[in-house]
Amino acid sequence: MLAIVGTVPDEAFPLVSGKVSLNGDILNVQGHSVAVNRGTPALLAAALKACEVLEGRDVTAFLVGDIGLGGGSRKLYSHLADHFPAMTIHTLAFHYLQPDVDWHNRIVFAVESMAKKPRMIADAGFMYAAKMSGQAEFYDLFTPDAGELAFLADETAPHPFYTRGFILHDENRAEDLIQRTYLHNNGAAYLLVKGKSDHIAHESGILTTVDHPAVEALEAMGGTGDTLTGIITALMAIDMPVPMAAEVAAKTNRLAGFYANPTPASSIIEVIHQIPRALAEVLKRFGDLLP
Amino acid sequence: MLTRRFFDRFKKKESLKNRDDLGILVFENTSEVIQAERVLKKGGWPVRVMGPPPGLQTGCDLVIEFPLMERLHLQRLLTAVGIPPLEMVPVTDPLLKPVDLFHTKDFGLFLLVRAANMKITVEKKSLLIVNISGGGCPDVPYLASLMVGKTIYNTPRPCTMGHTLCGYALELALQEVERQCLP
Repeated sequence: MLAIVGTVPDEAFPLVSGKVSLNGDILNVQGHSVAVNRGTPALLAAALKACEVLEGRDVTAFLVGDIGLGGGSRKLYSHLADHFPAMTIHTLAFHYLQPDVDWHNRIVFAVESMAKKPRMIADAGFMYAAKMSGQAEFYDLFTPDAGELAFLADETAPHPFYTRGFILHDENRAEDLIQRTYLHNNGAAYLLVKGKSDHIAHESGILTTVDHPAVEALEAMGGTGDTLTGIITALMAIDMPVPMAAEVAAKTNRLAGFYANPTPASSIIEVIHQIPRALAEVLKRFGDLLP
Repeated sequence: MLTRRFFDRFKKKESLKNRDDLGILVFENTSEVIQAERVLKKGGWPVRVMGPPPGLQTGCDLVIEFPLMERLHLQRLLTAVGIPPLEMVPVTDPLLKPVDLFHTKDFGLFLLVRAANMKITVEKKSLLIVNISGGGCPDVPYLASLMVGKTIYNTPRPCTMGHTLCGYALELALQEVERQCLP
């Protein structure tokens, strides 16, 4: 099972878990619909579109309404802590959730109780909690942007509010920040640092950088980081090694952005609809290297 | 006492841009900066939130620029409300000059304004917010869902609807869009 855990920016959205589908621009799960804008719905839609090319795998979502105050996230954490031990999940991605170290640690215990540990991905708020808990090494992949990387690299920061560089991005410091992240054991096995250039790294440093094609209008568009995490989640679910999955995903995300021919007013769903075409093209280039 | 009050009022109205004798207030975290800005602006002090200068090693992602003459005044005021600054540094060197949080990109029909990590794009003619990007804080998708599709006249404000540093940066971006686009 490929499972994605996250939130919907609507307080009234109930806690749901189940197979998710995409009809046009609308996601459906357990009879509930949500429009695909940025955030976890964009991540889910991107994973679904990538799976269309990858032999039509199912995507399972664990979702709850949360507008950033954390009530929904805590309800979802509690549900997962109860249900994970009996589940079989191959790849598990955590996304926009309220960072809460105590609940993070209960989730880790629940995952450790599973018969087999999933391939683990953390992004956004849940990645902050993973770092804050000191258990970054439990994860196969973190997907920070430049500011989030600054937080991972700051061994003294208990919260992003204390980090220099969290909102004042300096993408030129990526190499140094990656080293510092691993020096203090605050990195997952691999990092996919998202930005003008996407860097794939592990403890020895940057392995690959993807910076082409670069589409200027995408700077305005919300959700391109979410779609990148969605694509890599789908690729890791077919057992692709993490560095290759990250490179394929970064290239696919950029190519889908190029094919969408966006203006600064375009929506992320226009990019998402181009993912199958872009992924098929990138996979063809990798040819025999694929698992 | 009355004379002092009179001069205080005069100082508060002076623009920061026209003064050379500036200092920066440095805080441990951005939450304190936001609180201090609120207290000082409520008191009418001409302060401005900026990025920290490259020559300053302490503190977080934001500093407050202030008229250096008011150093003792502001220190007493902030200490009294429980948010004493870590440091009060005179801007005596180019390396100690705080950096602007804002960047603007003109796309022709659209204008993108970035404040720190948060970006707002508006259609110039209608002043409709067409996109919001940046930031991984938990309230960003919610703020984007409220604001995209509204004009800058009728959008809900991140300062009242947001809960995080990204929400604060988004409010700064909105204020800068208003400054650039409204008469």
